[in-house]
Amino acid sequence: MDLSKLTIADARDALRAGDYTATELTQAYVDAVEGSDALNAYSTKTPEKALEMAAAADKRLAAGDAPDMCGIPLGIKDLFCTEGVQTQAASHILDGFKPQYESTVTTNLWNAGAVMLGKLNMDEFAMGSSNETSYYGPAISPWRRGNDDTALTPGGSSGGSAAAVSADLCLAATGTDTGGSIRQPAAFTGIVGVKPTYGRVSRWGIVAFASSLDQAGPMTKTVRDSAIMLKTMCSHDPKDSTSADIPVPDFEAALTGDIRGKKIGIPKEYRMDGMPAEIEALWHEGAEKLKAAGAEIVDISLPHTKYALPAYYVIAPAEASSNLSRYDGVKYGHRAKLKPGEGITEMYERTRAEGFGPEVQRRVMIGAYVLSAGFYDAYYLRAQKVRTLIRQDFEKVFADGIDQILTPATPSAAFGIGEMADADPIKMYLNDVFTVTVNLAGLPGVSVPAGVDHQGLPLGLQLIGQPWGEADMLNTAYALEQASSFTAKPVKWW
Amino acid sequence: MSIDKDTARRVAHLARIEVAEEALEPLAASLSKILDFMEELNEVDIDGVEPMTSVTPMELKRRVDEVTDGNIQDKILANAPDAREGFFAVPKVVE
Repeated sequence: MDLSKLTIADARDALRAGDYTATELTQAYVDAVEGSDALNAYSTKTPEKALEMAAAADKRLAAGDAPDMCGIPLGIKDLFCTEGVQTQAASHILDGFKPQYESTVTTNLWNAGAVMLGKLNMDEFAMGSSNETSYYGPAISPWRRGNDDTALTPGGSSGGSAAAVSADLCLAATGTDTGGSIRQPAAFTGIVGVKPTYGRVSRWGIVAFASSLDQAGPMTKTVRDSAIMLKTMCSHDPKDSTSADIPVPDFEAALTGDIRGKKIGIPKEYRMDGMPAEIEALWHEGAEKLKAAGAEIVDISLPHTKYALPAYYVIAPAEASSNLSRYDGVKYGHRAKLKPGEGITEMYERTRAEGFGPEVQRRVMIGAYVLSAGFYDAYYLRAQKVRTLIRQDFEKVFADGIDQILTPATPSAAFGIGEMADADPIKMYLNDVFTVTVNLAGLPGVSVPAGVDHQGLPLGLQLIGQPWGEADMLNTAYALEQASSFTAKPVKWW
Repeated sequence: MSIDKDTARRVAHLARIEVAEEALEPLAASLSKILDFMEELNEVDIDGVEPMTSVTPMELKRRVDEVTDGNIQDKILANAPDAREGFFAVPKVVE
């Protein structure tokens, strides 16, 4: 079988038809993963578990009890707790952590018969846009700039997921998105990534970064695959009080490709100074394609867009400083060695100094500062008010009848590993400029591969949907995908 | 708003992260740069705007306050760097 062309939809049909078994399919991926160390996409490989799960899937297939995801080999971001399997959030501070429980999202996938190939590399605690903050070292993109062998980033924080899907090291992967961590890496690697509406997917058992922004979603080769996988990931979960108790639609059934009469908004504030002409052209062509498919293109305004990044960099670190206070060297993971006479405060402080990387330390400290007495109103409360205004921007355009909003997914194509090393942190933060508004407003967003740049690297477009409007949003994404006919694949060098 | 060395020391302690004395100046500079970026928020008119405290408007569910699990001491302690006699062990806290 040719893994480079395989999709979840194809594999589902082939498995049910008996063209091959889940065990054969899984073995093909286990072999591909085995030969992929140069990409550093997998932080933990679980081939034996994968083959056991595949055998169980084969039994269900034989019995005619095979849900859509039955026998589908997946990679799981290291942020998801997986029972008995190392889960470290790519951090030194969680060294050797083996959860005693399973996250709700992965439980849903395994209940549907999906197969786990292993855990995927990521930025430490999902803080980063290039996978370079990982304690495991960066995941490397399978993509290259023509014949230039410079190692490129697959993006972040779900960089291992993006690298693994685009290099055919799994059929699909889970990701999480706090400010763009699914959509930016998906755009950098020519795949589809969905961030659902806040509350659509349970956060239980996912290592928390910023709880009011975090949401898990699928990273797949096609929009249809995302629709299939998302449906399985979603559920109402009493263990996550923000999980929505509303029915989960059949997202795949919504993919008709008919978008006649849909109103697609083009926000003028997303036309940034210094944006590469290629991105501008891609965006324009995307709008033209949707128009040709019968949608109406409408210029809109989201006036508070420019304040989204600074608001995010108050709110996300504030929540992170609180969430990450649990890593203290007592309950799990790394504990620093003490000198004679030192006590528990030194243990906390040294454990966290040794265990957290520089970017995580920076954000935890920024968070502690903006929440501290005397600064809370000036930073945190102000940012929460700006967040209200950002959400209201979207509410207004949706109330005016806009169905989805089309924007670029990222301000550039993938950059080289190390190329941002000397830039200040703010420059790296700009990667999220088009995606972060969506998290602040709690909306669904999807990144769709739409073209390649002059170096042959993938570029993506983002569609933003109405709250709980994933089905309609994915249908527009499907129409865009059909019109873009993106078929580029990285040439295997690893 | 700029952070000086003393503030950096205080923030590091608030965050319970050990920072060497010679690393405090660069830390102060790095934190100041991020705070400068946040200053942009001061341009926004927030008069009469409510802070966003709930992402998707929903009523929190109520449930009966009862014990639903337990007897999992082994699981709780399984990952502890130091567990003894059914407890997490830490350096002496009280003299």
